Amino acid sequence: MKFKEWEGFKPSVWSEDGEVNVRDFIQHNYTPYTGGGEFLAGPTKATLDLWDEILKLSEEERKAGGVLDADTKTVSTLTSHPAGYIDKKLEKIVGLQTDKPFKRALQPFGGIKMAEQALNMYGYEIDPEVKNIFTNYRKSHNDGVYDAYTPEMRRARRAHILTGLPDTYGRGRIVGDYRRVALYGVDYLIECKERDRLLKDGDMTPDKIRDREELSEQIKALKNLKRLAEIYGLDVSRPAETAQDAIQALYLGYLAAVKDQNGAAMSIGRNSTFLDIYIQRDIGRGVLTEERAQELIDHFVMKLRIIKFMRIKEYNELFSGDPTWVTESIGGMGTDGRTLVTKSSFRILHTLTNLGPAPEPNLTVLWSVNLPEGFKKFCAGLSIETSAIQYESDDLMRPEMGDDYCIACCVSCMRVGKDMQFFGARANLAKCLLYAINGGKDELIKDKATGRAMQVSPVFEPVYGDGPLNYEEVVSKYEQMMDWLAGLYVNVLNLIHYMHDKYSYEALEMALHDTGVRRFFATGIAGLSCAADSLSAIKYAKVYPVRNEEGIVVDYKIEGDYPKYGNNDDRVDSIAVWLLKTFMGKIKSHYTYRESVPTTSILTITSNVVYGKNTGNTPDGRRAGEPLAPGANPMHGRDTNGALASLESVAKLPYEYARDGISNTFSITPGSLGKDGETRKTNLVNMLDGYVTDGGHHLNVNVFSRDTLLDAQAHPEKYPQLTIRVSGYAVNFNKLTREQQNDVINRTIHQSF
Amino acid sequence: MTGFIHSFESLGTVDGPGIRFVVFLQGCPMRCKYCHNPDTWQAGAGSRYTAEEVALRALRYKNYFKNGGGVTVSGGEPMMQAEFVTELFKILKANGVHTALDTSGVLFDKNTADVLMKYTDLVLLDIKHIDDGEHKKLTGFSNKNVLAFARYLSDIGKDMWIRHVLAEGITDSDEYLKRLKEFTDGLKTVKKIEVLPYHSMGEEKYEKLGLDYPLKGMKPPAKERVENAVCILTTKEKHNN
Repeated sequence: MKFKEWEGFKPSVWSEDGEVNVRDFIQHNYTPYTGGGEFLAGPTKATLDLWDEILKLSEEERKAGGVLDADTKTVSTLTSHPAGYIDKKLEKIVGLQTDKPFKRALQPFGGIKMAEQALNMYGYEIDPEVKNIFTNYRKSHNDGVYDAYTPEMRRARRAHILTGLPDTYGRGRIVGDYRRVALYGVDYLIECKERDRLLKDGDMTPDKIRDREELSEQIKALKNLKRLAEIYGLDVSRPAETAQDAIQALYLGYLAAVKDQNGAAMSIGRNSTFLDIYIQRDIGRGVLTEERAQELIDHFVMKLRIIKFMRIKEYNELFSGDPTWVTESIGGMGTDGRTLVTKSSFRILHTLTNLGPAPEPNLTVLWSVNLPEGFKKFCAGLSIETSAIQYESDDLMRPEMGDDYCIACCVSCMRVGKDMQFFGARANLAKCLLYAINGGKDELIKDKATGRAMQVSPVFEPVYGDGPLNYEEVVSKYEQMMDWLAGLYVNVLNLIHYMHDKYSYEALEMALHDTGVRRFFATGIAGLSCAADSLSAIKYAKVYPVRNEEGIVVDYKIEGDYPKYGNNDDRVDSIAVWLLKTFMGKIKSHYTYRESVPTTSILTITSNVVYGKNTGNTPDGRRAGEPLAPGANPMHGRDTNGALASLESVAKLPYEYARDGISNTFSITPGSLGKDGETRKTNLVNMLDGYVTDGGHHLNVNVFSRDTLLDAQAHPEKYPQLTIRVSGYAVNFNKLTREQQNDVINRTIHQSF
Repeated sequence: MTGFIHSFESLGTVDGPGIRFVVFLQGCPMRCKYCHNPDTWQAGAGSRYTAEEVALRALRYKNYFKNGGGVTVSGGEPMMQAEFVTELFKILKANGVHTALDTSGVLFDKNTADVLMKYTDLVLLDIKHIDDGEHKKLTGFSNKNVLAFARYLSDIGKDMWIRHVLAEGITDSDEYLKRLKEFTDGLKTVKKIEVLPYHSMGEEKYEKLGLDYPLKGMKPPAKERVENAVCILTTKEKHNN
């Protein structure tokens, strides 16, 4: 064996010289576990004490208005800060983003203006020298984007037909393979990258020059990762020797990434089964007990729970609750048919019990009907207790992505260390339909020059007359408008990601990817169910346009009823499918940056509220300003045939057309899952199995009653850890804005008497 | 053959084992005071579906019917449309789906039951009251047929779950509960006895329908009363004290 630290591991391709292959290591060394959670250990005293300190700090942070402390002077880099601790003698896993817990770092590479505004909003002033440097000497990503935006792009952005674009902040959603740090040690990783750089030789095309520059950045980042470890008195130049070393090394890799990038979603990958190999080896050697193993995992998870970024308040309105999307993917099946569930899959989920529920890390179970029953029931029980888990269909993703992918952010699937993505926020298809009817004029926004409704798209022919809308006519105009929107959207993203690569390149994260990485071009859709219902209303009922004095359609009168998405009714579900296929087809027809593979997601996170605010009255009867449904969910209260009918409508959306994920948020009262605890677990397992069998992709499972939420809204102090799942992530209910709380409360909570 | 349907529930978890697609039929002869579905009373209302249409609808959820799940026909009183239910269950059985009938048994007729039971896996038999006089007061009907149906099911070897709504001052006295227990002890195929605590969530529906709510102000039974009933009805030894 190349390294003495590998003793006890089974060698294979992964251990050959020049190879970096974590999957192969896992496959040859892990121990599947098919039992239940009986073996799990409770928290140690150190764990409880440490968690207590964190709860105290959280409370102080809440009282301070959301931010406890912020760095105004030191620009965050891998090595910018001295070591920081919560309580040095208690911590088994060390490393903080700055020199103090809950102190937010200054990260201006995405945009100096945002960094400054975010500080101002919480009563801090940016250091004038930093501002000077990033204004006059060092350009940020945000400045680059705005230098290149066209007037049309700015209009679309202002009108919110495209929203949430990563043009003022870090794009995120790139997941380094942090396991490599533990398995191979950084020196070896540097060696491999140096060798890759040698191969980038010959004719110096712009692409090759960029590759060479990026590889050099990656190598520098890896060297800095070693220095970061040294700051904490640790050494990551060689492979990890023990379970504690492995978790520590992996965490330092991740910590380096969050010190480098304030990305929208900073997910951590798929680590529990990898770590289980180290834990098993230590337990086998008699140097680790179950209690100590759990302690390591608990301490690791505590660190992930306190990852924080400095962000502006508008950002939190869009993506509420201060989320970081430290998504950890758990479980799934191997392509050889063995389950990838190990004891450590249980251990990481068990943190929800040992430390109580929390939104982060974003625990994501890769569900397969073939998962061991013990694990299925364990997950279902925790879901019922904590509402903190999301499920994604391993059976749907594995055939294409293999068995070593992870979820970034909420629903974005990528092979760990082999794929990255260009995060693209989303286009509002409900608003696009209104544009189709009004020829691209936005009834909500006045053109400053004319005082009339702003022409956002180029001039299109609107729908004329006051008679009921004609379905064929509207669809044909909608297609044209989608042509325009898709083209503009792709170009906006091309430009954003060009600038992000240029001014805020994720050197450390990319150093933990293969050099020949596959890139996804991850677009997104908002307002799918609203648009589908609107078209259904036009098709099956009579929808009369109501015009203002300017002749712009500002409202709709509906005569008769129409089939609504969310009831397993093919008449309208097929419209939703058509919308997805059509829009994705149009996205695909355009050039995408760096040969990226176009994908789309139907995911809004919590931005469905903000999107709704900026969308006028729609032909389905939704009033202007009301929220759109989150992700691929049916519109609130319209799924009236019970929970499964609702699930089945969503499951019809073809994953092949939305490879970046189809998000569904599901809420149910405990009583509706069955009469007693055991029955509820079994029924939830059956439900997940059924959904996955029928092609469903993602499911947030919330188990609570409306009364609990109303009570929590009135008495937040009674529910400090009330966690709920929203579109693709979990959030502390108390951290939502009032509007978002109401949106959650008003959503369909499936209930039966 | 068409049936009158009140509504469908795609995720039923309280009317039979596993996940159930529940078909609520329209029409019921009884007028139980605590009924929480008065909107299902009127016969001949609701939407018309053929048995095949309903079966196809239910079969879309087949992948959720693991661990004993299936289809439950409830109501209203499904036996009012026994022929329709028979046809529906026949199709479902041909497709390997577990079938459950949620009934009060009040319309029991041996000839009809003989056919229907061929395609029924489980009967959820709601015994409203063990005392005939009280049964009449509560529902407007005698319980003779109900008890006869229970014995019939026992005799033909058909699995049943006994369900009993617990309403304070109406069904919750120890005496009645013990008599009920005595009766169910004489049945050979009882797989489960469920106590369903009365709830007032049906009250709104009465208002909507312009009906007076007969149990206005009635509270759900206290937890101890429910526990007491569960203890009496489900304990293996007979309660002789």
